Formats: sequence, structure tokens, C-alpha cells
Amino acid sequence: MLIDELNKLEKILNSELTSKITSSKIENEELKIEVESDELTNVIKFLKSDDRCKFRQLIDIAGLDKPSDVKRFSLIYLLLSHEFNLRVKILINFETDKKISSITKLFSSANWMEREVFDMYGIRFKDHPDLRRILTDYNFKGHPLRKDFPLTGFNEVRYSEKDKKVIYEPVKLEQNYRDFDFSSPWEGTQYIKEINKENKNDKKN
Amino acid sequence: MTKKTKTLNLNFGPQHPAAHGVLRLILELDGEVVEKADPHIGLLHRGTEKLIEHKTYTQALPYFDRLDYVAPMNQEHAFALATEKLLNLEVPIRAKYIRVIFCEIGRILSHILNITTQALDVGALTPSLWGFEERETLMTFYERASGSRLHANYFRTGGVHQDLPTKLIEDIHKFCLSFPKIIDDLEDLLTDNRIFKQRNVEIGIVSKQEALDHSFSGVMLRGSGVPWDLRKSQPYECYKDLDFKIPVGRNGDCYDRYLCRVEEMRESLKIIVQCIEKLPKGPIKSVDGKISPPKRDDLKQSMEALIHHFKLFTEGFRVPAGDVYTAVEAPKGEFGVYLISDGSNKPYRCKIRAPGFSHLQAMNYLIKGHMLADVPAVLGSLDIVFGEVDR
Repeated sequence: MLIDELNKLEKILNSELTSKITSSKIENEELKIEVESDELTNVIKFLKSDDRCKFRQLIDIAGLDKPSDVKRFSLIYLLLSHEFNLRVKILINFETDKKISSITKLFSSANWMEREVFDMYGIRFKDHPDLRRILTDYNFKGHPLRKDFPLTGFNEVRYSEKDKKVIYEPVKLEQNYRDFDFSSPWEGTQYIKEINKENKNDKKN
Repeated sequence: MTKKTKTLNLNFGPQHPAAHGVLRLILELDGEVVEKADPHIGLLHRGTEKLIEHKTYTQALPYFDRLDYVAPMNQEHAFALATEKLLNLEVPIRAKYIRVIFCEIGRILSHILNITTQALDVGALTPSLWGFEERETLMTFYERASGSRLHANYFRTGGVHQDLPTKLIEDIHKFCLSFPKIIDDLEDLLTDNRIFKQRNVEIGIVSKQEALDHSFSGVMLRGSGVPWDLRKSQPYECYKDLDFKIPVGRNGDCYDRYLCRVEEMRESLKIIVQCIEKLPKGPIKSVDGKISPPKRDDLKQSMEALIHHFKLFTEGFRVPAGDVYTAVEAPKGEFGVYLISDGSNKPYRCKIRAPGFSHLQAMNYLIKGHMLADVPAVLGSLDIVFGEVDR
């Protein structure tokens, strides 16, 4: 069964990489290991080359932004092993200005994936051969997938008949984007929750 | 005296019919030989992942139609599977079969488009005229099930939107019987065609190891001789109960990939026929009122149904916190959704893994040393659709 295989793999990883893994768990039939960000390359090297793992394919690198955490950003590396038909997720958490070492030497496909993460989150990679923006426009400012980047963006683009060229302007909307709070009235909407919380704190004090 | 050589920089696209959409390829040419290719993508970037973070799970689904727009339902499938895995929701058996039927129709849609346009790129016009007629028939099936030819929005978390009309099932079955003849006709035009072979055989060769390193999946991987198909190796829905084969190439060149696609269409037909024969009766979406909207009749009769309906279409359903990665074998390769939920009614993060992204990345490796005229042939065999590459 898949679960047994994952348990076996978890044991192997925990015994081989004891000092490098901070935590590991199996959830929704998927194994996720959390790793110190400095140990990332070593862990991936092990996973790729060890005969009991053989994770030969990098599926994707996903960024994640949690503005309220001290270690604000996370990266999740998804690996696949064809030989054992297993997947593994590697998670690293780190602060905003931390530079992560690139794994382009291990997987050539990481090149664009890291460029995408850089473009979307502004996470920088050490030793990346060509860290340019990839999906956004030339001369784009900001990192769109950060949670503090507004959905409507900052600039809009149009063809100007006067200047006879495409120009960039600050976004002007007839109506601003509205984000509705649909949480159930039985549980209390956000502002009632906040009032209740304040009242509780006052009573404590 | 030494001869001075100078490379020429050529801008291929973004408005080029053989670029299959909006690809800007900056080529460094030495005479007619390509020294380096630098693809510039993102011209169709719409910020799908950002938009999904601001929509409920039901509202997020239609964005997936707009990724790989030649096989819309395969994408929807990956997202529906991801939410179902987080919710730990069981899908009714009839819905599973309907989903498989439409995913395979999507596969045929995509492969027809790819094979015929690849032929068009290397100079054969007729296949695309024949193929697109069949695509139109298939899209009519989409329309009859979901109401629209392309942006179907047919799958739902927990099943599919509506049941299929019986006449539609008969028509799909009829199509499956008549379509092999069309594949034969297309093969007559291409498979042994001297010009088509000259343009494709031993062009864009990928070795097994390189295919793995470059994160190739789908036909790009199988064309190089790696027998890997998620429908077999990590079966989802009812693929376990179906009998089909996985065509694998030998040389890893453009021609082998073409052959794989042709064979896959035949296998897809087999799958559809089996599904139609086995199609069980029963509900087509989850019976959990907290997830699937109630029937129209119940809405007029039952207060509970009315409340459910109201809640589902304002707030939507809540998904337990956690993260999952689900992948489906889309026509172009492994299409995956990495979904993170924080327990609210909207996804906290939804990373879309598009197969075309890693395939296009390898463009430089594939085209180096080839002639300029081979660029469209290689690009055609990569099966690139910019909706999914740029997201």
C-alpha cells in the first residue's frame, strides 16, 4: 500500500538525514519533510542519488507567503520517483531577505521554476545562472503573488492615440475591487469577532 | 587570415503562426544553424494563481478551462481531485465514469490539434482541415453536456454539474466507432509521408536521462522510451478498472512523439467505449448537501435545501486546512495542482504545475545545433499551449 511505502521512506529519511530534517509527517497520503533552508541542497542531493529513494524528477517548486510569520516565505519542492512510484514534498521556511541556494546544478528544470518563484515572490537564489523575471512584463515592479500585492495591481496598460504608443498608467477603476466577507453570521463577522476579542482582553486586564 | 564569424540574432514571434500562440523566441543563428534559443514567455500571463486566491472553490474552477484551452476538462479534473482529497470526499461511481469519458475526449481534442498543426508547420495543410472537423464534433459533445464548446466548467467538487442526456451517450459511442477511420486517413497522409518524415525523424532527440532531468512528462517522456503514465502508475478515478495500453516511443524524436499521440488517440477511444458500456446508474455528484447544491425541485419544497443553496452560492463550502498535490495525466503531460487551504472558503495558495512550462524550458537544449527550419517542427512536437505555460 501507498501508506506503508511512505512510512518506510519516512523512516529511511529520518535515520539518514537526522540532523537535517526538522520534522516530517504523512498527511493526506503524502509525505512532507521540513528541512533547514541551508541544508536544502544536501537533502535533495541525497533524495536524488540514494538507491532507496531515486527521486529523479523535480515536479515543481511552489512559493508561499505568510505575512504574519517571522519566517515569512516558504518554498515547497515536489519530487517524484519513477522507480518507486512515490512523491515527496520538501518544505523550507525562511525570512524575507534570505538567499536560498539554487538547485539548477542538480535539476536543469529548476532554472525556470526558480525564476518563476523569484518573479512572483522576490525570493533570491544563490548561484542561479540567469535570475530574470519570467512571467511578468519587462520592467515590471513588485512581486504579484505576495499577499500584500493588490489583486488589481498598480499599473494598467493601454494604447495611447496621442503618443502613438503603448503607455503605462496607474490603475483607475470605476469601482474598486470588493472583497466580501462571507463568514457565517452565526459565527460572527470579522468586526464582531474583533470587538468580542477586545472585550475579553479588557475583562482579563 | 582568420575568418571572422558573426552570429545573427533573430526574433521569432510573438506574432508568428508557427509559434503556437504568443511565444517570443530569441534565436542566435550562425548562418542557418541555431546556436542558442532563449524563449521569452509570459505574454499571456493572467495571474490565474492570484485570482484563485480571491475566489471560492466553486468560482476558482472555471479558471482551469482557460489554462490549456484545447483540453479544458482535464485541467478542471486536477483541481476537483485536489479539493476532494482535502475534503476527503467520495465521488459517486457514475460521476467518475462521466469524468473519464470527458477527459479522454479532451485528450483526443488536444492530440488532433497537435498532430494536425504540427503537420501544418512542416507543410501539410490537409490534415488540419480533416482534423478540425472532428474536433468540432467533439466540442459539440462538450456543449451538449456542459452548455459551452470550450470553457465547459462542467466538473464540480464531488462530481459533475449535470447528468448526460441518453442521446448524447449514444452519439459519443457512434463517434468512437467512426473515428478510427479518420485516424487511419490522417495516418495515410502523414505516417509514411516522405516530406513529413524528413522533417521529423531524428529531429529534437531527447534521451531518457535528459527527459527525466528536464522534468518532462506525458508524451515527451514516453516518446523517449520511459513507460510512465499517471493513469497506470498512480491511477485516479476508475482508470484501474479500464483496459488500455500505454504507447512508448523508442528514439525520442519528433516523429516518435507523433506516433505516440496517434496511438494514444486510439487507446482513448477504447477507454471511452469501455466507460460507456460500463456506465453505472446513480447520482452524478456527491449527495452531501454541504458540498453539492440541491436539486431545483427541492429548492421549492425544502427549507433546508434553500439554506444550503444560499450558503453554497454566497459563502461556498469550507475546506479543512492542509495541503495536497494531485496530478492528472493531461494530454500534454503531468498537470498538477498543489493546493494549500487555511480552513476558509477560499484557497490560500494554488500552485499550478503545467507540463508545457518544463517542456518549453528545454527548447534551448532541444534546438541547439539544428537548422532554423527545424524550430517550428520541434516546437510543434512539444505541444505547447500558452494558456497553461503562462497561466
